Amino acid sequence: MKTDIILSGVGGQGILSIAAVIGEAALKEGLYMKQSEVHGMSQRGGDVQSHLRLSDHPIASDLIPRGQADLIISLEPMESLRYLPYLKKEGWVVTNAQAYVNIPDYPGMESIRAELDKLIRKVVLDVENLAKEAGSARAANIVMLGAATPFLGIEYTRIEEGIRTVFRRKGEEVVALNLKALRAGFGAARQLTDGNQ
Amino acid sequence: MGKHLFLGDEAIAQAAIDAGLSGVYAYPGTPSTEITEYIQNSATAGERGIHSRWSVNEKTALEAALGMSYAGKRALCCMKHVGLNVAADCFMNAAMSGIHGGLIILTADDPSMHSSQNEQDNRVLGNFAMIPILEPSSQQEAYDMTYEGFGLSEKLGYPILMRITTRMAHSRAGVETRPPREQNPLHFPEDGKQRFILLPALARKRFKALLAAQDSFIRESETSLYNTYFDAPDKTLGILTTGIAFNYLSENYPGGFQHPVLKICQYPLPRKQIERLAGDCGAILVLEEGYPVVEEQLKGFLGRGISIHGRLDGTLRREGELTPDSVGKALGKDVNSYYSVPEIVVQRPPALCTGCGHRDVYEALNEVINTYQGAKVFSDIGCYTLGALPPFRAIDSCIDMGASITMAKGAADAGAFPAVCVIGDSTFTHSGMTGLLDCVNEQTPVTIIISDNETTGMTGGQDSAGTGRLEAICEGIGVAPGHIRVMIPLKKNYEEMKRIIREEIEYKGVSVLIPRRECIQTLKRKHPAKK
Ligand SMILES: Cc1ncc(C[n+]2csc(CCOP(=O)(O)OP(=O)(O)O)c2C)c(N)n1
Repeated sequence: MKTDIILSGVGGQGILSIAAVIGEAALKEGLYMKQSEVHGMSQRGGDVQSHLRLSDHPIASDLIPRGQADLIISLEPMESLRYLPYLKKEGWVVTNAQAYVNIPDYPGMESIRAELDKLIRKVVLDVENLAKEAGSARAANIVMLGAATPFLGIEYTRIEEGIRTVFRRKGEEVVALNLKALRAGFGAARQLTDGNQ
Repeated sequence: MGKHLFLGDEAIAQAAIDAGLSGVYAYPGTPSTEITEYIQNSATAGERGIHSRWSVNEKTALEAALGMSYAGKRALCCMKHVGLNVAADCFMNAAMSGIHGGLIILTADDPSMHSSQNEQDNRVLGNFAMIPILEPSSQQEAYDMTYEGFGLSEKLGYPILMRITTRMAHSRAGVETRPPREQNPLHFPEDGKQRFILLPALARKRFKALLAAQDSFIRESETSLYNTYFDAPDKTLGILTTGIAFNYLSENYPGGFQHPVLKICQYPLPRKQIERLAGDCGAILVLEEGYPVVEEQLKGFLGRGISIHGRLDGTLRREGELTPDSVGKALGKDVNSYYSVPEIVVQRPPALCTGCGHRDVYEALNEVINTYQGAKVFSDIGCYTLGALPPFRAIDSCIDMGASITMAKGAADAGAFPAVCVIGDSTFTHSGMTGLLDCVNEQTPVTIIISDNETTGMTGGQDSAGTGRLEAICEGIGVAPGHIRVMIPLKKNYEEMKRIIREEIEYKGVSVLIPRRECIQTLKRKHPAKK
């Protein structure tokens, strides 16, 4: 088993929480893991990315070589495109559909949509809306994680355990809210990809 | 004990606690900050009474760490790479005195400049000081080397420089921890007066001692478990890796190495192993993160007769961090990207947060400054440096911490008017206060804006050393109280702010303006509900 994942988004959107949950789940699964993250300057509203590598064999590099990622999980559609050179031909892109516009020259949504349409395997979801519908508006990142779960190579229940571990400190309510968000994302992605794997 | 998921920074912090640390001394700086923060948040460190409060700058940090070592206890001093420039005076001279309790000086270098002004490689400074250097290749090694490093420092009698880079600092992996050790008791060096008073006559002896110690440092490297030789059949090429470069090499040879590999994680360079590699192989490829430090040394070491490849002959780019791809390319492998970045994708640079007080400072300042021809705004390092970018484009310089005040002074001395400077509160106490005294002593006409968000914002909101006392500090340094002017940077106060800025620009002496409003990030953290 080996899953190489690029996580991307804009500073402050919460990609590191996604990484933390997957990391805990991987640890429980007894997998090797390396996860390189971005701190510092770019967290101020700049583009951020994290390389997350899971394997049942020891992992050498903290960074994923280009053309080898199995999966891009992105909380922002343009940011999902920025890291395409890392993706394998048959890799999946799981991305939020809603743009985060904090720059004056953000490209038109149609052109982003057109680029996403060119991809062979993708899941494009409005996770903010899904999060609102699920009654957990602040857990859009976990909805995203739910949508990506079918592609991680880790059981859904393990990811649930990861959520319990990561959010335990914040209380039962927060755990429950995030579990709900996870399910919402998982269900939505399943609907989109049925028979398309 | 047990297995934990640790950032490289966290592995180092936990190892130091487990190794009987008595104090960490540091000033924040990406990518080193999480080491000290981990110790500050560690319950064990709290119970053990380990000192962990932030220092005012890297120089005061290293001097305090050396003092703790003098008193027999184990100390850790952490900084980002440019911090070692600030601490360099103490650093060079601590190599002369040597240490008593184990002392590890940690430098977190930032090749590719993810969050820095330069990508200096502090192995150069380690070699300059002639002390041993440790450079872990994995989070586990980072833990083990720190755990053992204090003992190594005590055994050799010298400080150890530990060098990591961004990818080691900020990458997480499973780490096995070891049993905790007691702290050292308070005990002073018996030969303290011979070693720690660097008067010329004594310093000459100490320098001879440092030169003589080099052999023992090399022997340690030659027997170090962290320097490993991997034999392989194809000897047309030998590969030397340092630190995390080993991982990128391994990534390219999942089935095992084709060429002999010498993995180096402890310096000075182990002569024996290098001679073996040079003897066995027709050519050597050097893979190192940072400057071509080893590559240059090898050229001197081995003389002519063997070709050495690396960053100097263009096999690898001279600048930037290594990646599995750049290493693969140096080994003649192709990188296979199926997709490319679509043309529509644009840059997304970092920006000042919405609601940040620095924004209001620049809005008001720009309006005043634009009415003067030839006005220059010297700035400094911190969140407010983002005022360089649109829409503000408000500043003309950012060089090193504290340089805003002193550059404004020099420019004013040269006749520039108005000479304005913008500096953050933490940067002001780090290195601005001394420059302010220069200005006061000469009554230089400079307008200094200390944009006070009451925290060290850029690095994540650490305590700022002068919070609540900036006016008193400026007054103590000698700024006339009538020209220390506090304001609240909010839109509704723009007219007042503009008036004050203009008045103080027109004043032909030193003025300090302090726009003060708490950082909205730290504010949010205190009141999460208000989100
Ligand atoms: C010598 C040195 N040490 C540390 C840093 C890292 N650093 C850059 S900005 C900064 C904090 C600045 O805080 P402050 O001046 O209060 O400004 P703010 O970011 O809060 O606006 C730090 C610690 C550095 N660049 N150089």
